[in-house]
Amino acid sequence: MTSTLEPAGAAEAGAAGAAEHEHYDPAASKLGMWLFLFTEALLFGTMFIVYAVYLHQHAIGFRAAARDVNKLLGGANTAILLTSSLTMALAIAAMIRGNRRACVQLLAVTLILAACFLGVKGYEWGHKFAHGIYPKSASMLLRPAGEQVFFGLYFTMTGLHALHVLAGGGAILWAIRHIRLGRIAPDRPTVLANVGLYWHLVDLVWIFLFPLFYLI
Amino acid sequence: MNTVAAVNPPPTNYLTARRGLASWLTTTDHKRIGVMYMIVVLSFFLVGMSFAVTFRLNLFSPGSKLFSHEVYNRLLTLHGVIMIFLFIIPGVPAIFGNFFLPIMIGARDVAFPRINLASWYCFVIGGLFAIISLALGGPDTGWTFYVPYSLQTSQNLVFPLCAVFILGISSILTGLNFVTTIHRLRAPGMGWFTMPLFPWALYGTAWVQILATPVIGITLMMVLIERLTGVAIFDPARGGDPILYQHLFWIYSHPAVYIMILPAMGVVSEIVPTMSRKKIFGYRYIVYSTVGIATIGSLVWGHHMFTSGMGDFARIVFSFLTFFVAVPSGVKVFNWLATMYRGSIQWAPPMIWVMVFIFLFSIGGLTGLWQGTLALNLHIHDTAFIVGHFHYTMFGGAGAVFFAALHYWWPKMFGRMYNAKVATAAAIVFFIGFQLLYFSLMILGMEGMPRRYADYPERYTALHRTSTVGSWIVAASLLLMFANLVYALFRGPKAAANPWGGKTLEWQTSSPPPTDNFDGPVPLATGPYEYPAEVEHD
Repeated sequence: MTSTLEPAGAAEAGAAGAAEHEHYDPAASKLGMWLFLFTEALLFGTMFIVYAVYLHQHAIGFRAAARDVNKLLGGANTAILLTSSLTMALAIAAMIRGNRRACVQLLAVTLILAACFLGVKGYEWGHKFAHGIYPKSASMLLRPAGEQVFFGLYFTMTGLHALHVLAGGGAILWAIRHIRLGRIAPDRPTVLANVGLYWHLVDLVWIFLFPLFYLI
Repeated sequence: MNTVAAVNPPPTNYLTARRGLASWLTTTDHKRIGVMYMIVVLSFFLVGMSFAVTFRLNLFSPGSKLFSHEVYNRLLTLHGVIMIFLFIIPGVPAIFGNFFLPIMIGARDVAFPRINLASWYCFVIGGLFAIISLALGGPDTGWTFYVPYSLQTSQNLVFPLCAVFILGISSILTGLNFVTTIHRLRAPGMGWFTMPLFPWALYGTAWVQILATPVIGITLMMVLIERLTGVAIFDPARGGDPILYQHLFWIYSHPAVYIMILPAMGVVSEIVPTMSRKKIFGYRYIVYSTVGIATIGSLVWGHHMFTSGMGDFARIVFSFLTFFVAVPSGVKVFNWLATMYRGSIQWAPPMIWVMVFIFLFSIGGLTGLWQGTLALNLHIHDTAFIVGHFHYTMFGGAGAVFFAALHYWWPKMFGRMYNAKVATAAAIVFFIGFQLLYFSLMILGMEGMPRRYADYPERYTALHRTSTVGSWIVAASLLLMFANLVYALFRGPKAAANPWGGKTLEWQTSSPPPTDNFDGPVPLATGPYEYPAEVEHD
């Protein structure tokens, strides 16, 4: 995933043979990133379609099952992720203004917020498991079909989203390393901007997940 | 490694610039990546072909006991998975697209050379997963992995499902690389409508790859997650909807047939004008039909599900759209024929293969319309007729063009010319064997033979035998074709830089091309199809 974020020929030069092209093309890099984001949007979009179809088929089951998710924790996580998008945007702005130090600090805050999000998520899942809400538990199999599907999607979609948060965190770490090595610089911010785009996408997906699972 | 390139005298090419296995496995040269794709793809093609020949042998007589029905089901499934995901989808774009797209638009490489290499590694890993799944007994679900059976079977599905997912990533990476390359790296002076038609076809294909592949990726992942963790997603006993799975599967897998055929059509649009020494007829209409196929082709998936229990209105809409998508395909066929009309046709092997394609693809395309008809579809759905039709479009269509492309660009890629007589003979034998193999399947389907079955009643014996004999002829012709090409690598005469008299940029550089594609500036003098005017009017 991280390799997708690299611009053409920002090659830290593997083999600098004649085939290696040292041109730096921010526009190509941006375009490639947006295309990649399309694929991510379609990945989650497919799951949203599944959600929509099942909500239509099992409206009552979905409403009943949604009572078992914790709105407070979900709301807290929404606030955490939105704040992290803010710090990410500020980090990019800091880099463009030439303030590397502030940029790295803001990225670190973003990472901490990501960790908080995952912590809350983990607590939430653990809490559910303790109450017998996990795939194929005895009490889960006794629930009506609509509720089982609701939780099937809940675990799959929030789990997949959590994986994306992890990947985004990895991308931020990778960007920090590249700032230290000078490969991301005020005049070459594209890679960082791409990491930012990815982070905003992860945030955006959650903006949809939150109402669908917690507020219905 | 770097020093070797520097020390060698100037007339090196991409094959000789650097040596050793490591120089290949770490290359970011699009041409070398194309060749590496070729080696892997052709290996898998031979595996998939041998599976097909084997299970066809089992169908030689009713009640055949060559191997058990379980083995038959696994061979059949892996034949489908390998041929679709490891041969036909990557065949033209990953091999010839990688090799020729940058050259044809006058670029030195693709936009993201290292992602290009990463996509090859994804491809190899995906292929290895498919092989491992075979070693573990092989999936028995058919290549469609339909639920609920795919949730219940005791066969291992982790590896085949992961294989498809990883191959999907490879396909997406190639797609976004090509789109970015075409947007950013066209040589100065090459506008969208002076770009050759093969890059155009790759452009349309790349968009479909980017937009459709994630859908099947996540859908199969959901099946995998459901199998592994027991969450309820598709299991109808726990509230899931198998029809929804079918929709999601075909939202990708129907556009996937256009991922298979569009690049092939692009190759035909290159070969026909070159071999007819005439400007392509209706350049813009070919471009529009490419975009049209990519767009409408993404909206016809429901025709795979006419008997699955969809609503009547949806069935009528999908039926209509299915007819509609035949229009741009028809436009292309007529454009090729009009290009040949009064041209000065060179009957070289690539052109023979193109003729094989046009004939077989027309049968495939027209029988597709039959199936788009709701009433007839109910009769032939899930019969051997579908198998026949599908192979006419994909094997006789995309496959034959793949072979045409092999013969068209082989001298350019490796600098050696093959024996044209042997190549022509192989194409003609292929054509005969192909008709025996698949036309009998279509008749069998009309008479009620279901697809995929391991056994059949006595009355179908004659047609099944014809089909099996056809499979031997097809396999023999392809082995002859490959032997001829491989022989040329070692013993063939040196090929000229431009053996067919082509006007596109790949013919304006040496054979094989230098590492930087062109010695000196890109020779962008004429449009891609500017043949002398007197040929057009003689």
